Amino acid sequence: MRIELVKRPQQSALFAAISPFIAFAITLVAGAILFSLLGKAPLNGLYAYFVEPLTEVWSLHELAIKAAPLIMIGVGLSICFMSNNWNIGAEGQFVVGAIAGSILPVVFPDFQSPLVLPLMLLMGIAGGAAYAAIPALLKVRFNTNEILSSLMLVYVAQLFLDWLVRGPWRNPEGYNFPETRNFHASAVLPEVLPMSGRAHWGFVFAILAALILWFLVSRTLKGFEIRLLGQSPRAGRFAGFSSARMVFFAFLVAGGLAGLAGICEVSGAIGQLRPTISPGYGFAAIIVAFLGRLNPLGIIAAGLVLALSYLGGEAAQISIGVSDKTVRVFQGLLLFFVLACDTLIHYRVQIGKAPAVQPKAQSHEQPEAAHGHG
Amino acid sequence: MKKTILALAAATALMSVGTAMAQEKTKACFIYVGPIGDFGWSYQHHQGVLEMQKEIGEDKVEIAYLESVPEGADAERAIERFARSGCDIVFTTSFGYMDATNKVAGRFPDVKFEHATGYKREHPNVSTYNSKFHEGRYVQGVIAASMSEVGTAGYIASFPIPEVVMGIDAFVLGAQSVNPDFKVKVVWANTWFDPGKEADAAKALIDQGVDIITQHTDSTAPMQVAAERGIKAFGQASDMIEFGPETQLTSIVDDWGPYYIERVKAVMDGTWEQIDVWGGMGAGHVVMAPYANMPDDVKKLAEETEAKIASGEFDPFTGPINKQDGSVWLKEGEVAEEGVLLGLNFYVEGVDDQLPQ
Repeated sequence: MRIELVKRPQQSALFAAISPFIAFAITLVAGAILFSLLGKAPLNGLYAYFVEPLTEVWSLHELAIKAAPLIMIGVGLSICFMSNNWNIGAEGQFVVGAIAGSILPVVFPDFQSPLVLPLMLLMGIAGGAAYAAIPALLKVRFNTNEILSSLMLVYVAQLFLDWLVRGPWRNPEGYNFPETRNFHASAVLPEVLPMSGRAHWGFVFAILAALILWFLVSRTLKGFEIRLLGQSPRAGRFAGFSSARMVFFAFLVAGGLAGLAGICEVSGAIGQLRPTISPGYGFAAIIVAFLGRLNPLGIIAAGLVLALSYLGGEAAQISIGVSDKTVRVFQGLLLFFVLACDTLIHYRVQIGKAPAVQPKAQSHEQPEAAHGHG
Repeated sequence: MKKTILALAAATALMSVGTAMAQEKTKACFIYVGPIGDFGWSYQHHQGVLEMQKEIGEDKVEIAYLESVPEGADAERAIERFARSGCDIVFTTSFGYMDATNKVAGRFPDVKFEHATGYKREHPNVSTYNSKFHEGRYVQGVIAASMSEVGTAGYIASFPIPEVVMGIDAFVLGAQSVNPDFKVKVVWANTWFDPGKEADAAKALIDQGVDIITQHTDSTAPMQVAAERGIKAFGQASDMIEFGPETQLTSIVDDWGPYYIERVKAVMDGTWEQIDVWGGMGAGHVVMAPYANMPDDVKKLAEETEAKIASGEFDPFTGPINKQDGSVWLKEGEVAEEGVLLGLNFYVEGVDDQLPQ
């Protein structure tokens, strides 16, 4: 007997709808087995992981804080990935956005007015977009592989931030510790509902960004252009769309949103620049973008799920006493099952004896190799 | 019927006793920056925690901890989760948790907070604690200069913060007390825990000709590299003798147990008050691992130095001491003020490195 994956002639609408739930069910089973093997009550473990963080208002706020940068960066990246631009450097764009946005409160702490915050946000967007423009320019002018150039620029950005907070931007009253001065009150992104928790406006911006991009992608000609150039650059050219301009558009949107996420995180959640300001949001957002199937609304859900897995991990460590490593294994299982179950959308499982013949009509489904940019 | 009622009453009584006892149990919670298996900083905190729980009794104190909590926005959430989950006292064991600890402490005035290695106590329920590790580094310097044949040691440093600079300076001063021409080469790993980077740093230093390695990073990798290359080394934070049985001369062991016992007991007695502790060898917070792999005369010298520092007879930062550029820092007999040490940002003479500014 053999088990075979056979490509479906069309995407299965049924599995597109239910595959996340299948994945979740398998994760629950696998999680229960994992917790039992560790000698913990499986139901308690799953409860701590998926339910406990949602039972209290403050924790929902924390969920929003954690999800905001993931969603904001993720929706930006979806534009890149849809248009076949492999921007892996959102982490660096996040950092540069945070640095650019922090110029006012750190270098000019005496400039305090209601104008400071909007300016900071704009500078954050500009910083992230400008940094993303580098791999875009290299790709368009020199046909440089944007995966490598954008990834390498992450390290440049991180080390630049490190140098800033240890050197010129170090807090003069901070005993030489590597951090900038704390932002003054008018440079702090306010909380949305200060009475109930500390979620800041970054989450609102993230949702707005997702809605705007969803509209752009699904309801406008620009959206058609993005998808067409992504699936078939040649067809795009025949339609009169410019690949080069699309490269810039995608990178600037993604970079700008990553920059906005950076300054929101620094201004709203941290309150100063530190040597490390992100636990890898820029990379996690790549997972979020694909978990959300590059659909901005799906990315909202995916961002919330991934954020929940972080919070749930902490809750599980505290309430049932599993280690940090177990929590990461579990998180990995969740992502693995979700991506694996998506296979069912494009393939069906055939259990039989004879090898199935691959139908030929599917070749148009393969994304065309990206050749001949510019 | 009567029996049933009696049984029920007894059961209820027992249950209420049970809850009363559960309430009396003090909950102490800990946040670690690394994994408890790092065999360095976080491992040693966790050892102190286990010692505390054993000493006070598992029936009286309950512990909870979170490992590898990133410094920054995540720390505040982790601390708040603890504050809300019934912890009576929360220990945050890395410098980067300073602002987060103070922010949460402001919102939970009934919970006690203890922040390791920081200097901000913005609310009456926040204490800070740290240890004078540089006392141990002075002893290591004395040993290094006695053991080294080339007169140069390699120093793997983490970040150029005062505590680390202080350690380098104390090491050099200790070494120069034996060999005035002793030199130290420094490599900045820019991490607290990264076995790969630390190993590379150790290899680079050994290739430059040093024959003693010491580290202010938390993994055992430098010790293992030193063992492979057949030179001597000092451990960090915990006794790393298992990772270099023929290599480790000694190690500065952070012993947090006594402090954790004292502070958790204070919470139980209701005598907890805000303090700022900077304990050294005298207080038992800094302990030297058994001196090994050295001749008896060196061992004797090390023990004497340790005893003098522990008794308070001698302070490692006692003049005459010159700064790296040769200008006078401390005159003959002058002792550095704690305030200056806590913000130390310059090298003493004899360090072969430019301090990252």
